[in-house]
Amino acid sequence: MGRYLIRRLLQAIPVLLGATLLIYAVVFALPGDPIASMSGEKRMDPDIVGILRDQYHLNDPFIVQYWHYISGVFQGDFGRTFAGVEVSEIIASKFQVTLNLAFTALVMEAVIGVGLGLYAALRRGRAQDTLVLASTLVLISIPTLVTGFVLQLLLGVKLKQSTGIEIFPVAGVSDGLRSYLLPAFVLAGTSIAYLARLTRTNLAETLRADYIRTAVAKGLPRRRVIGRHALRNALIPLVTYLGADLGTLMGGAVITETIFNLPGIGQELFRSVYERQQPVVVGIVTLLVLVYILANLIVDLLYAVLDPRIRYE
Amino acid sequence: MNVTSTPPLPAWGMGGAENEPLLTVEDLHVEFATRQGVVKAVNGVSYALRPGETLAVLGESGSGKSVTAQAIMGILDTPPARIPKGRVRFRGTDLLRLSEDARTQIRGRRISMIFQDALSALNPVFTVGSQIGEMFQVHEGVSRREAERRAVELMDRVRIPGARQRLHDYPHQFSGGMRQRIMIAMAIALGPEVLIADEPTTALDVTVQAQIMELLAEVQRESGMGLILITHDLGVVADVADKIVVMYGGRVVENAPVRDIYRNPAHPYTRGLLESVPRADRKGRELYAIAGMPPDLLDMPPGCAFAPRCPYRQDNCVTEPVPLYRIGATRGSACHYWREVLDGGHG
Repeated sequence: MGRYLIRRLLQAIPVLLGATLLIYAVVFALPGDPIASMSGEKRMDPDIVGILRDQYHLNDPFIVQYWHYISGVFQGDFGRTFAGVEVSEIIASKFQVTLNLAFTALVMEAVIGVGLGLYAALRRGRAQDTLVLASTLVLISIPTLVTGFVLQLLLGVKLKQSTGIEIFPVAGVSDGLRSYLLPAFVLAGTSIAYLARLTRTNLAETLRADYIRTAVAKGLPRRRVIGRHALRNALIPLVTYLGADLGTLMGGAVITETIFNLPGIGQELFRSVYERQQPVVVGIVTLLVLVYILANLIVDLLYAVLDPRIRYE
Repeated sequence: MNVTSTPPLPAWGMGGAENEPLLTVEDLHVEFATRQGVVKAVNGVSYALRPGETLAVLGESGSGKSVTAQAIMGILDTPPARIPKGRVRFRGTDLLRLSEDARTQIRGRRISMIFQDALSALNPVFTVGSQIGEMFQVHEGVSRREAERRAVELMDRVRIPGARQRLHDYPHQFSGGMRQRIMIAMAIALGPEVLIADEPTTALDVTVQAQIMELLAEVQRESGMGLILITHDLGVVADVADKIVVMYGGRVVENAPVRDIYRNPAHPYTRGLLESVPRADRKGRELYAIAGMPPDLLDMPPGCAFAPRCPYRQDNCVTEPVPLYRIGATRGSACHYWREVLDGGHG
């Protein structure tokens, strides 16, 4: 177990390095000039441009620039924006918002998705089951961009206009958990639908297993047969899905945070790409990769806890 | 005691004379709705089990022997299964007319069942201790500690070595024979009056098969419960069974005390089965196989289901329904020509 953990963490190093290199290259390849965009419409003094370009190593070849960056990272320096702010500071101040958003979404996904799936599985073939299947299909088919703006308008603006009370804030994070509800639902929407379907299929499959027949033959009440014997087995693949989805949710935050104006790393990433703030983009994406790797590792470890047949050595 | 709408069942040992049947299946029909049509899996099966008796139900796959057992237990999935007709009397009460709650009270406690493949029949994510102990926790409301203590006792009783140490092991950590012992421990936990064993040794090595059969016989002797032993293996039943019911195409084709069947079968199918068992004294000769295919349960003939494969077949076999003819006091054969079959050899 310990050795497995160490091996997995070591494997993460080349993945992280590869990710930074790739992202660095992509931002490098973007058209446009970061120094020029600093001054907006105005022309900058060529001498100042030259000094700035030297200061940020912009005249060096790509691989040398990357080397400057990555050697800094290993010394704990994640670089600075062109305005001189530490990237680590930006991330530290914005990461919490994204974490809040992603975890709220994850909880919604687990509760609503698994709940809907169970509900449908236990009413297989009936109207409620069909309703869940149809509505999740619709949810999967609509892009987040659309659900985001539509729900913002309906549940945020219109609802407030008709009731006079603001139930779901439409932007910002000034209302605590309440400000996260709508964006988290938008962010989790597609995943909720997928998870509901996965849960339904999984539980229906598990209910046909021999050990469920045994549990019934033991004279156990239906609640125990489903709630303990079936659910425990059906949950295993769902945990995998949920864990892997945490990474997807953090990535999806780029769109959701922009729609709902949440000051998280998603919004920051969006702006940084726009402004060609290379160190910020690379820093944030690397962080997302790290979250993804850790989430997957935790899922794999959980797997062994949930399924005694799996052992790591 | 819960007050239910159904009459209370007489307790164990109070069911009147010892000869009174413990469990009877009467004219049971089970069908399954499928895309291809209605599969008639069980078509009027009747048999009876007395206390302390071992009844072997013999038949090939698709003969309806397991479906009948599942109908007795009430563990058929309905739908797709449906029981249009028939009764399952347990100490006088028709189980098929009880509420689901009342049946849950009987299942596992008074009638229990073990299955063919113990690996898939045991829940992979719970320890065997908890799966055995669950019987006491759920049915008798005892504490976890007490349930564990009794689980160890049971594991000892079915002779699982090192029971106490193995309490917290998972099913996949046991061998096939040990797993079946765990199933047996679970099934006998609450001292049931009837145990149904559905092909309990099919998935096991021959040597282990014998041990499991011995264990079942021993448990039965000690407890006096009735045992229904479902199998397709003639070798398994010879030593332990008192009576045999032979099933074919969802019907009982022959029933008789075990000795009578082995000495002289009264149905062509039974005769065919006996002759297809490899024997040392027939070494070198070609193995006998019953020609033809099992019947199509989607499209059962009005007459004898075995007729297309039967060496004794006459014209009326295909068209005329066959009753279970009584032969003496204890036997029955569903063959118009049982006399000819009894008289010897296959035609």
